[in-house]
Amino acid sequence: MQTTPDPGIVIIGAGEAGTRAALTLREKHYAGPITLLGAESHLPYERPPLSKTVQTAPEPPAPTLIGGAGTLAAQNISYRAGNTATRIDRASQEVHLRDGTALRYSRLLLATGARPRTLPLPGAEQNGVLYLRSFGDAMALRNRLAPGLRLAVIGGGFIGLEMAASALERGCDVTVVEMAPRILGRAVPAQIAALVAAEHRAAGITIIEGIGLTAIEQRPNGCAVILADGRELEADAIIAGIGAIPETALAEAAGLPVENGIRVDGRLATEDPLIFAAGDCCSFPHPVFSGRRLRLEAWRNAQDQGRHAAGSLLGETAAFATVPWFWSDQHGSTLQISGLPDEGNQTVTRDIDGMPFLFHLRDGCLVGASAFGPIGKVARDIRLAEMLIESGASPDPAALANPSVKLKTFLQPRAAVA
Amino acid sequence: MEHWVDACAVNDIEEEDTIRFDHAGQSFAIYRLEDDRYFATGGFCTHENVHLADGLVMGRIIECPKHNGRFDIPTGQAKGAPACINLRTFGVKVEEGRVFINLG
Ligand SMILES: Cc1cc2nc3c(=O)[nH]c(=O)nc-3n(C[C@H](O)[C@H](O)[C@H](O)COP(=O)(O)OP(=O)(O)OC[C@H]3O[C@@H](n4cnc5c(N)ncnc54)[C@H](O)[C@@H]3O)c2cc1C
Repeated sequence: MQTTPDPGIVIIGAGEAGTRAALTLREKHYAGPITLLGAESHLPYERPPLSKTVQTAPEPPAPTLIGGAGTLAAQNISYRAGNTATRIDRASQEVHLRDGTALRYSRLLLATGARPRTLPLPGAEQNGVLYLRSFGDAMALRNRLAPGLRLAVIGGGFIGLEMAASALERGCDVTVVEMAPRILGRAVPAQIAALVAAEHRAAGITIIEGIGLTAIEQRPNGCAVILADGRELEADAIIAGIGAIPETALAEAAGLPVENGIRVDGRLATEDPLIFAAGDCCSFPHPVFSGRRLRLEAWRNAQDQGRHAAGSLLGETAAFATVPWFWSDQHGSTLQISGLPDEGNQTVTRDIDGMPFLFHLRDGCLVGASAFGPIGKVARDIRLAEMLIESGASPDPAALANPSVKLKTFLQPRAAVA
Repeated sequence: MEHWVDACAVNDIEEEDTIRFDHAGQSFAIYRLEDDRYFATGGFCTHENVHLADGLVMGRIIECPKHNGRFDIPTGQAKGAPACINLRTFGVKVEEGRVFINLG
């Protein structure tokens, strides 16, 4: 009797989620062929440094590789750089590539990430508005930054604010314009956003909040951002950080449901039991938050989902339940958030030597925590809060507010970390 | 070769916690576990330039404050992505209420 050889697992997208999934498959002793497809020409790299050290490093940096150089080859993972998947044929279990070839799969993972939303304004394209997602984008930006450059940052989200801070460090004259009444949007509590805005202003960045834009126009020496109130903001360079759109085109064309991202179940499986999705491209139900459907754009989520998807690709049935965690670095301070602050209906503030540390409770149950300050004051308690959220704890608000009560004491029984 | 350096008092570190110690251009994290054993490792996470003394000690594991890279404190062994390079460890002795680390 002859057995058909396993055509192997194909992963589309060699970002954090896809690469982690590939490496985890080998950790889990999957021995079949693994093909990792990446549209970009580099070895898989980490994106978070792109708005931070890539902009500020004295010497032109190289990408920070995921797992380090040589890892993919050592794990016998076939990495196809600079090649895009153009179509999925579910009936024949094949992925078609731009170079005309096709790959058979036994299981398929979509880890296609997201792309920057483009600025829907007259003049945006003609005046060379910049975006930031890839290492190439980051280097193009880096090469523009110079002392005295007037940089307009459109959008006061994480990427825009990090770019603003980095550009200031490089000596640029930076203005951030945010259409919404305040920077950082719904995912970050107003009190924390106000601290971040204050830090940017104190550092010398102008932040304009609550004003829309109407156009980008050319000027004799640069261009101008035209604000809705008629004001003009002159700039030598413009970067827009106004959100990201999940890369769902392949899934959609293959007839898979999309709901603010490729729709997956708790195991990260799509409607097709052979196809899974992970990272910025997918939306998934979160068991810790009553099954609320989330799509996250966060590094650790991409990593954790990549790992989880590897298990699911191999038939494991556990649901993904990791509590969301996010960080951002600006002006030497760190912003960290665990859980979902916007799920809360009560906020408890702990004063840590003048720095507010916020706990977000929903009907007494801890659902989020957030803080902005020196990493040494922020990180441990955010991590402990994450464990408390995961365990469904309802700590006494008075004790939460009391800085002399250590958060570790709420962890009962103690979660084993090994 | 042994070269013992006085790093801190035993009570400068709380139980199941860590502090930073800088000496001669080098930076270390000194740990006190729940069972009152003391250890020392290189101060910075091997994944990114972040000080481990800002991280969380859970049992015998130190978690990097940035990306949750984990290391076994007594051996310095990396316990999972994104950290994959082990930490350097240093000998520690406690004498008369002081913690010494061996930089020899
Ligand atoms: C500048 C910047 C700074 C950030 N900073 C932080 C931070 O401080 N903290 C934090 O938590 N998160 C941060 N993030 C977010 C984090 O990097 C992302 O959440 C993470 O990269 C998502 O990983 P992913 O694998 O889902 O997607 P991606 O990393 O986007 O990878 C997807 C890959 O798939 C490729 N691809 C797409 N379609 C195809 C196709 N058809 N064929 C082949 N390949 C394809 C893409 O080219 C891309 O390389 C930052 C992101 C950026 C851009």
